[in-house]
Amino acid sequence: MKGYWGVARAIIGREFLRFIHQRERFIAALVRPLVWLLIFAAGFRAALGLSIIPPYQTYITYETYIVPGLCAMVLLFNGMQSSLSLVYDREMGSMRLLLTSPYPRSWLLFCRLFGSTMISVLQVYVFLGIAALFDITMPAWGYVAVLPGLILGGLMLGALGLVLSSFISQLENFAGVMNFVIFPMFFLSSALYPLWKMAESSPLLRDICALNPFTHVVELIRFLLYLQLNLYALAWVVISTMVLSVVAVWGYDPARGLMKRKG
Amino acid sequence: MTSGLTVQGLSFNYGAKAALQDVSLDIPPGCFCALLGPNGAGKSTLVSLLTRLLVAPKGDISIAGHDLRTAPRRAMAELGVVFQQSTLDLSLTVRQNLAYFAALHGLPRAQVPARIDAALDQLGMRERSNEKVRSLNGGHRRRTELARSLLHDPKVLLLDEPTVGLDAASRQAITDHVHDLADQGLSVLWTTHLTDEVRDTDALLVLNQGQIISTGETGALRDGTPLSDWFLARTGAPA
Repeated sequence: MKGYWGVARAIIGREFLRFIHQRERFIAALVRPLVWLLIFAAGFRAALGLSIIPPYQTYITYETYIVPGLCAMVLLFNGMQSSLSLVYDREMGSMRLLLTSPYPRSWLLFCRLFGSTMISVLQVYVFLGIAALFDITMPAWGYVAVLPGLILGGLMLGALGLVLSSFISQLENFAGVMNFVIFPMFFLSSALYPLWKMAESSPLLRDICALNPFTHVVELIRFLLYLQLNLYALAWVVISTMVLSVVAVWGYDPARGLMKRKG
Repeated sequence: MTSGLTVQGLSFNYGAKAALQDVSLDIPPGCFCALLGPNGAGKSTLVSLLTRLLVAPKGDISIAGHDLRTAPRRAMAELGVVFQQSTLDLSLTVRQNLAYFAALHGLPRAQVPARIDAALDQLGMRERSNEKVRSLNGGHRRRTELARSLLHDPKVLLLDEPTVGLDAASRQAITDHVHDLADQGLSVLWTTHLTDEVRDTDALLVLNQGQIISTGETGALRDGTPLSDWFLARTGAPA
């Protein structure tokens, strides 16, 4: 068992070292949600009227509404960025080295996934801290309660990134996938507008949003920030994480998936 | 059951295209075996199969007596690999790179510093242990990778074109060192397309179009003909 922890410590430690060496990435990951929060939300405040919906018990500003969505956005972008670096790692060979470890491949991939998730979570907390400086705050215990939701959401989106990386044979193909995955996932969710608002313009779009696992990550975070548990969202996220993890391990199975095609 | 590297009836296809057909080889302890083959012969596929990046539907691989299919953990623990492409993290120091690898192999933490020192000493790299890999030249990076591949005390060493891109002196140093390792009892498989790295006393395998077409002691096989000419005549491709 000792060896398993040693492997975990090494892989997660390497993720943190890599993160420290890429400060630009950290800043970029923070600027994105802050631009949405401080500029986009300010502009849209007047355009979007919000009714009182759970978990809120009073009228809220639009800035407050989109904070959970932007937390999930940090997790989404980081999950994708991490898988992008996996494709890079594989092209550069360091993934080869990782996979020659005698430990089970599923454990190696989980450690990699967990390491990048913890970095995402750290970034979300920095984002929440900056939002608080601008007087966009949540209940104090909400910041604690949201932690498991952030980890779970991060794992789900990281697993999605792993799946994509296992089926993308070259770095160049990645940009297209980013456009076809990140933007639809983000905009077809409850991150920027509640689903009832979406239903006013298109019930079909609302239904698509409701099926999007990203919506449930957002809702899980939203409810936890207000010290409530949305069991429906939790179930969606847990099931999505499990399915995506199984597919990721399958994709990295030496007998199948990308390795076979790449040779 | 032998304690070196044994491959039996290994075949592998990419879709309809056969990459390896019925490849068998046996490298006992203390043997330096050069695997010579032109581009596209199937060398990279063989390396991927030996390192478990690919799994063949047909054939068996045994590393130090452990079957790679049924006991992958024990088999991989006995295998040291130097890939053709560098797998070092450029932003980390030599020591950090080796420590990362030691952890991936589950080496006891208390032993790691001493093992790293010993491996670096062997390759004359100890004084560079705290330098970032980015600042090292190609030869030193290769030596670092070789030191790393020996950290867990493997019984089988696999090197995939390890001298590509190195100057003559570095090539010579690495080639000599790996021959010494074979003399000390390791089973060594060295893939290359450079005939001057192969000695007459080395075992030689020639891979062409996915098949082993020649096998034996290099000196006996070439029988006085320069190895590059002999290779050209056998494969129709320059080495």
